[in-house]
Amino acid sequence: MSTSNIEEYLQTLYTLEEEGKPATTTEVAKRLEFAAPSVTEMLKRLARQGYVRYEPYKGATLTDQGRRIASKITRKHRILEVFLHDILKIQKDRAHTEACGMEHVLSDEAGNGLCRMLRFPDKCPDGKPIPICDEDVEHCDTCEPTGENPSRQERLLPLCSLRPGQRAIVRFIRGGRMAVKRLYDLGVTTGIQIQLKSCAPLGGPVEVTVRGSSLAIGRGLAAKIFVEEC
Amino acid sequence: MAEKTIRIALAGNANVGKSVIFNHLTGLHQHIGNWPGKTVERAEGTLRFGDYTIDVIDLPGIYSLSTYSLEELISREYIALEKPDVIINVVDATLLERNLFFTLQLLELETPLVVALNQIDVATKKGIKIDHERLGKLLGVPVVPCVATRGSGLDDLVRKAIEVHERRHPPSLHYPRFGLEIEERISELAETVEQVDTGYPARWIAVKLLERDPEVEKLVYSRKPAIAEKVNALAREIERIHSEPSYAVIASERYNVANQIARQSLTVVSPKKPSWDERLASLTVHRIWGYPIMALVMASIFYGIFSFGDYASSLLSNMFGQARTLFFGAFGTGLVAEFAWDGLIEGAIAGATIALPYIVPFYIALSILENSGYLPRVAFLMDSAMHKIGLHGKAFIPLMLGYGCCVPGCMACRIMETEKERFLASFLTTLVPCAARTVVILGLVGAYVGIEWALFLYAFDLLLILILGRLAFKVLPGEPVGLIMEMPSYKLPSLEVTAKQTWFRLEEFVWVAFPLMVVGNLVLKTLRFLNVLPILEQAFSIITVSWLGLPAVTVTPLIFGVFRKELTLVMLAALVGTSNFATVLTGTQMIVFAAVIMLYVPCVATIAILIKQFGHKRALAITFFEIGFAILVGGLMFRALKFLPVL
Repeated sequence: MSTSNIEEYLQTLYTLEEEGKPATTTEVAKRLEFAAPSVTEMLKRLARQGYVRYEPYKGATLTDQGRRIASKITRKHRILEVFLHDILKIQKDRAHTEACGMEHVLSDEAGNGLCRMLRFPDKCPDGKPIPICDEDVEHCDTCEPTGENPSRQERLLPLCSLRPGQRAIVRFIRGGRMAVKRLYDLGVTTGIQIQLKSCAPLGGPVEVTVRGSSLAIGRGLAAKIFVEEC
Repeated sequence: MAEKTIRIALAGNANVGKSVIFNHLTGLHQHIGNWPGKTVERAEGTLRFGDYTIDVIDLPGIYSLSTYSLEELISREYIALEKPDVIINVVDATLLERNLFFTLQLLELETPLVVALNQIDVATKKGIKIDHERLGKLLGVPVVPCVATRGSGLDDLVRKAIEVHERRHPPSLHYPRFGLEIEERISELAETVEQVDTGYPARWIAVKLLERDPEVEKLVYSRKPAIAEKVNALAREIERIHSEPSYAVIASERYNVANQIARQSLTVVSPKKPSWDERLASLTVHRIWGYPIMALVMASIFYGIFSFGDYASSLLSNMFGQARTLFFGAFGTGLVAEFAWDGLIEGAIAGATIALPYIVPFYIALSILENSGYLPRVAFLMDSAMHKIGLHGKAFIPLMLGYGCCVPGCMACRIMETEKERFLASFLTTLVPCAARTVVILGLVGAYVGIEWALFLYAFDLLLILILGRLAFKVLPGEPVGLIMEMPSYKLPSLEVTAKQTWFRLEEFVWVAFPLMVVGNLVLKTLRFLNVLPILEQAFSIITVSWLGLPAVTVTPLIFGVFRKELTLVMLAALVGTSNFATVLTGTQMIVFAAVIMLYVPCVATIAILIKQFGHKRALAITFFEIGFAILVGGLMFRALKFLPVL
């Protein structure tokens, strides 16, 4: 079983998780265009290696270890798509196919280099979120090209994925000066405690409490805020 | 003793009660206009205090002195370059830390400062106790506790402001002290900056350069490009120490100072329990209940406005009808008297009977919505819908106002952050059918063709707004900005503030709209008197008859509708000699006529407001685009409706 094969499986599970669909054998088989029996076999093998939890008839869920690999490969895939589509002007569907082939051979360093060159994109051409990198920086503007950034230990979540009422610490704000400045001016700084109060439906804004005041933050801006649960 | 004049500027975050203080200080001696060439509201007023005449200016509510929004740039330039004698920084006592973040930036600008610690009553209720003397000592400026809604503490505030001014020397400079590694670099840079004449304090320029503020960079580098290298080197050193961008480092440092000062001067006496306003706050943004509540609030406001307006309007027109009889009784029915009444007075009366009965309650409702804190909740709920037309939640407010009258709707576009959003929101607001166009849609299509066709026109209009909004968003230059705003806690709006706000807005409306109504009426009467209308009908028949499929007489109401759309039906009735439109127009013609009226520019008053906000060029661009667009859509509609045999 090759690395790229494992990565393809984990990426599929990651996408299904994102879409909120259960990763049943049939669903995974359909996405990857493989026969169901071989998918079952493969999921069991991934479970033995500690990447997924597998329950017959229910399907598979990612373990933390599996999710780390999956999010890394999904990140590379979507950054490549942005590069191929926005810079090289390749059509979306062909950019997708091309990215599928390139993602497995792209090093972390080159992937993060692309991210800097593209000015820290947060969405792929289809509008799906690009997972953040695991370099331990608080802001994209100080991300060093040397590849010597220490890697992040704690698991960060986008602010929007907190439950109403839950508190967390802001650890990373993605994007350039403009977004960061706006958030900072209203008190959303890295290291500060933030509480999610409510989410408007249909991709509407979120309401948070920070430094004692209530703020409404649009979903686009909120998606740039990453927090650590506390 | 000779009279002395000083200038005081009110500055502070949004929703801290700044306008309430402004209203208390200046009473009825105020003037609301725009900053020269900008779409930002500028409120000024005067106050007599002892032997002083004090000019008060209310700066826009902002959170920082960076250049993220027009308001921030305007405030910063005003404070630093026009140097008001004293600045009163209004601070919300319930949110001390976040408010002090702004106070510190004012101190950095080295301005004579007095802090008004407002809403101490609310703070006390929430169990927050602030030692204002200690706060004053820590900041190095006088701090005056006050409750603006009751007017308490304001005399003391003005007295302190005069004291600060009379000392004649700038107060001892207590700028916030950042970490040593940053202070060293600020001092080093400030020495170099002192050789450049910018009008701003050197230390402030140094800090802003280290923050890489684009406006200050432009200002300094155009005079002395060589500094750039030094700035970059120093900023990079700071970034290396903190592994954060320098602007984030400095902002964090400011928050640290603000946090320390806040913690040393306040004590939280009792842990706060959720109060009525907090429960209301969470209910009104609830993901399910928020929407029906909003619909209910909006529906009752509109119902209230229209039923009151209807009543007041008929009352007033009866009164003026009697006045008319008296007038002709006194002056006879000669040509001069007829011209004086029909040509000059009637325009103003029409404004008073048709516009004012709706606009006055409308402004009252708007002011209450604004001051109670409900508007930000509406913006919150509507954000995702507004994104479909390239705007964010706040744009819902002008659009909603547009259903009443497009003039206040366009004025309300000032709440958007960027010039692009203001322009786009104003453009879309002009496409919303206002009360005057509702008269045509309901009075013609609704009454003669069927209510379903009237509703169809409203739905069609929404669809066009959606499409044009998306297109305009793509065409207009500028970056989209996401929504970020404070959700203030609910307050009971003060009667006095509501009354004053309504009064001053009304004054602005009357000055813009009434002269145009009088002139428009005069032009129409003159043309009818000279009997040139048939020539007009002939000239435009290619558009009305051939393209739109309407009778030739509709030219006059279509053209003169630009003065007052609600009168198009009256004009049409006068021209065709009957008010039973079914005998002269087919169903299709009524729908096409109403659609054209609905889509082409609302009225001259709206054009005047657009000119005031955006200048001639862009106002005329909107005007001509909408006229062309209305004709295009009307013609297409005529051809499409031909296939429906029922009409």
